[in-house]
Amino acid sequence: MSGASTTAHSVVEPSATSKRVAGFFVILYALISMAPLAWIFATGWKTPPDSISYPPKVVFDPSLEGYCNLFTTRTRQTNEYIEALGPPQGACDEVTRRREMVIAGQSNYVPRFINSLIIAFGSTFLAVSLGVFSAYAFSRFKIPLADDLLFFILSTRMMPPIAVAIPIYLMYRELGLSDSALGMILLYTAVNVSLAVWLLKGFIDEIPREYEEAAMIDGYTRLHAFFKVVLPQAATGIAATAIFCMIFAWNEYAFAVLLTSGEAQTAPPFIPTIIGEGGMDWPAVGAGTTLFLIPIVVFTIVLRKHLLRGITFGAVRK
Amino acid sequence: MQETPVFPASQNANNYAIANRAAAATPTGVSKAVRGLSDRSIAWLFVAPTMILLLAINIFPLIWTVYLSFTNYASNRPNRPVINVGLKWYRDILSSPEIWTAMQATAHFVFWTILFQTLIGFSLAYLVDRKFRGHAFWTTIILIPMMLSPAVVGNFWKFLYQPQIGLFNYVVSFFTGLPPSSFEMLGSVTLAPWAIIIVDTWMWTPYVMLICLAGLRSIPDYILEAAEVDRASRWRQFWSITLPMALPFIMLAVLFRGIENFKMFDMVMLLTGGGPGSTTELASITLKRAAFEAYRTGYSSAFAIILFVVVFGLANVYVKALNKVKQR
Amino acid sequence: MTKFLAGAGALAAAIAFAPISDAKADTLTLCWAAWDPANALVELSKDFTAQSGTEMKFEFVPWPNFADRMLNELNSGGKLCDLLIGDSQWIGGSAENGYYVKLNDFFDKEGIKMSDFAPATVYAYSTWPKGTPNYWALPAMGDANGWFYRKDWFENADLMAEYKTKYNRDLAPPKTWVELKETAEFFQGREIDGKKVYGAAIFTERASEGITMGATSALYPYGFKYENTPGKYDMEGAVNSADAVAGLEMYKAIYKCCTPPGYTDSYMGENLDAFKSGQVAMMMNWFAFMPGMAKDETVGSKTGFFVNPSAKVAASTLGGQGISVVANTDNMDGALAYIKWFAQPDVQKKWWSLGGYACHNAVLNDPGFKDSQPFAAQFLEAMGGVQDFWQEPSYAQLLQAMQKRMHDYVVADQGTAKEALDGLIQDWTAVFQEEGKL
Repeated sequence: MSGASTTAHSVVEPSATSKRVAGFFVILYALISMAPLAWIFATGWKTPPDSISYPPKVVFDPSLEGYCNLFTTRTRQTNEYIEALGPPQGACDEVTRRREMVIAGQSNYVPRFINSLIIAFGSTFLAVSLGVFSAYAFSRFKIPLADDLLFFILSTRMMPPIAVAIPIYLMYRELGLSDSALGMILLYTAVNVSLAVWLLKGFIDEIPREYEEAAMIDGYTRLHAFFKVVLPQAATGIAATAIFCMIFAWNEYAFAVLLTSGEAQTAPPFIPTIIGEGGMDWPAVGAGTTLFLIPIVVFTIVLRKHLLRGITFGAVRK
Repeated sequence: MQETPVFPASQNANNYAIANRAAAATPTGVSKAVRGLSDRSIAWLFVAPTMILLLAINIFPLIWTVYLSFTNYASNRPNRPVINVGLKWYRDILSSPEIWTAMQATAHFVFWTILFQTLIGFSLAYLVDRKFRGHAFWTTIILIPMMLSPAVVGNFWKFLYQPQIGLFNYVVSFFTGLPPSSFEMLGSVTLAPWAIIIVDTWMWTPYVMLICLAGLRSIPDYILEAAEVDRASRWRQFWSITLPMALPFIMLAVLFRGIENFKMFDMVMLLTGGGPGSTTELASITLKRAAFEAYRTGYSSAFAIILFVVVFGLANVYVKALNKVKQR
Repeated sequence: MTKFLAGAGALAAAIAFAPISDAKADTLTLCWAAWDPANALVELSKDFTAQSGTEMKFEFVPWPNFADRMLNELNSGGKLCDLLIGDSQWIGGSAENGYYVKLNDFFDKEGIKMSDFAPATVYAYSTWPKGTPNYWALPAMGDANGWFYRKDWFENADLMAEYKTKYNRDLAPPKTWVELKETAEFFQGREIDGKKVYGAAIFTERASEGITMGATSALYPYGFKYENTPGKYDMEGAVNSADAVAGLEMYKAIYKCCTPPGYTDSYMGENLDAFKSGQVAMMMNWFAFMPGMAKDETVGSKTGFFVNPSAKVAASTLGGQGISVVANTDNMDGALAYIKWFAQPDVQKKWWSLGGYACHNAVLNDPGFKDSQPFAAQFLEAMGGVQDFWQEPSYAQLLQAMQKRMHDYVVADQGTAKEALDGLIQDWTAVFQEEGKL
């Protein structure tokens, strides 16, 4: 510490040693916290016997079996039957036949993944659209009881999802929205809109009112000024908000498992049900998990500057 | 384009000019439609769709839940006559030992996860704030777990916790020498509550870290410089400046984590399913079992209302405390 | 960015509002559990598609989620399944709520006679109220809980000699639960083929039905009864009889002494893994897995099968399902045509040859049946003594109570067997009172 006072820079600038020590611990933590993810990623490239071998295999021959099993369904066949089939078509066919099985068809992973995409995009679009209008209104106009309304919007996020699902389940049954993409989009929109309003209100608050006022003096109507001036200014905020909404819809499990059974089921309730012959097909689970997590990891890196704001409902701005 | 005045000349000249310019800038159809809109009506127009959606998907169902909580309705028995049972479910729930066990398990989970996440998260933030080379990159890496789907996380940790084949026991045995199959994180009554705490801490410590980091960075340099001039020890600086100034942020993180973990369902459901026995059966899992496995809709509605009141009540009390700290 | 979002949103909305499923009249979706027999059914159904031109789609759900997902689907009025091969316990609720189509008229019209099917299966899989001639399903898959063992270990000369001196009897598939426990203890912790092995894999799963199915396999032989007088719900002295207590204590003793490490939440899949990877000498599991196991590339030839051991009486826990038409279907004719096709004796014979457990007398009474598979005779024996869980409309609640009581006692080590069963009576009484049945 004595070194700090003799160096040239500010007193609050940490010393080189303390930087090095801090760096060591932070990097150590980062590496430890990445280990489970690395393990799942690696499991996706193992064969089923390797994935459950004891002791766990750190070094292994990579295999496509996990990814093949993720995308296909297979049936066991006799050797004679398989030999009569002729040469295997493609890598997956080959891997499957080595286990005395043939590919029977496609698994449900792709349809469930597409459901996730449709529901995430649809609900994000709706939530952000509704959110940006409301946020503008709350930011710029005197709305009676505005604080109460805002708190009401936020409080909808405090309900345990299962508690929300009980009446929604009954309501959707009456309306025929059970197991439908539309039902899930509306529900996720309702949950996300609170986040969207809060975040966007913060972003719009930061856009100086003078911009619109100038535009309005130039003859724009309020509505026009909103579209031509405010929206472009808020573009970054809208994008960040959209990604946060999307991540919620992408990751959500409780509603999806209770309110969908097949047609509109998303990936999170599906991935835990990937099984092979007998027990869990861990390589296929590893593969499915990896593909499902990649978009989120990318978003995390893209979003890192806005992350804090997003996860605290805009309570902390920077 | 040639301007065609739309307003009568009797109006104020200034207004007249603005209005006409506006009319030129807007396609005529739209301009006619919106000119009449006062700010007030725009405000309501903008807020209304959101409110309608929330009324339809949040408030109306909530009221319905309150109604159901006074009936014997079971959603898998649509033909059974619905009778009013008054406060029976509320009495049953508040006097049921199983519910209290679940509430205790939830409290245990919430308490320890918050404690660990705050300690580790704050320490990490403090270290990251040393601004060592590459700190931005490593911070981003650390943040990844909290962005993942809790259900998928629970599912793959189930694999990591397998006694013989899983990574966790193997690593523990590597460092401690215990045989990996000598303990069962998910199967033992004593270890399972800690197994879910470990996963939640792994996942959400970055969250607390990020908020704490914002807190540390909000402390103005001049205060620390003044302390340095006063020759206050590092230790003293930490306790009398850094910590108090970051406290509102830490409390905010605790609030958010507290609410989230009180609602915890997906990660634990997939990790332990509430087992072994009922040792990790958190309130939300009990609620799910009652509502969507036993289909005791009336009973579970009452439980849902009780849970909602508890979260809401605790959060309100806490926010008051938070505001007091902020005002200091 | 806004443009991008608008585009994406429009695209998503377009897809979301467009009808997702091409619900043509000539496709049928059949829902069942994801397990070996389901693959056999896919194979079998190819004949139906070839004959009728109806495309078959399948929705197979893993066992731990099966009841949850499918009951939820029925209750929410979904249209996912046209045909459902559902558990025996669902019949009551599904009949009372009109989720299944009543098949009597259809059976009469098509000349399908329930007397052609094994009586135990008709009683369990088709009728509601129990035992009355009101049919809600066609028996599709007979099943009971049975046992698998490592024939090669049981036939190892050294082990046989050691066992003989220790217990004064031959090392053979156990006939009683006491023998089962001793045999399991004998293998527990032994080194075989250079690996440490364990006695027995049993069901301990918490979330769905696992530990109940396992524990009842011990309870029934020891003389556990649900009621003193059938239909009276008088459980005191039946559910918690001294016999029942002994049975439950035996189950826990085997859990304690002879299961592999980490055996706290295991059901069919975990057991199969343990058995196939050579960890256990014996495994409890459904007959449904025997055809697959007999064909398994690594342990198939080394595996033998035996019927659930007895104690006071011979009894097995019933599994198995009937196939029902979901009332909500858009393709009623197609669904009924499938059932008609499936009920034919020839199709039933092929079903058995592919690995499904047909319940048709044409299959079961065939003189060659007993020798057709290494587990066929055991299957007939087991089906002669099957007992089932409550089939009440409120079965889910009853099952949940039992799952909790059993897991708390056996795995979490809380209280005594008597306390667990007393507690179970309390829970069940509350359910029946709520139902107005007590």
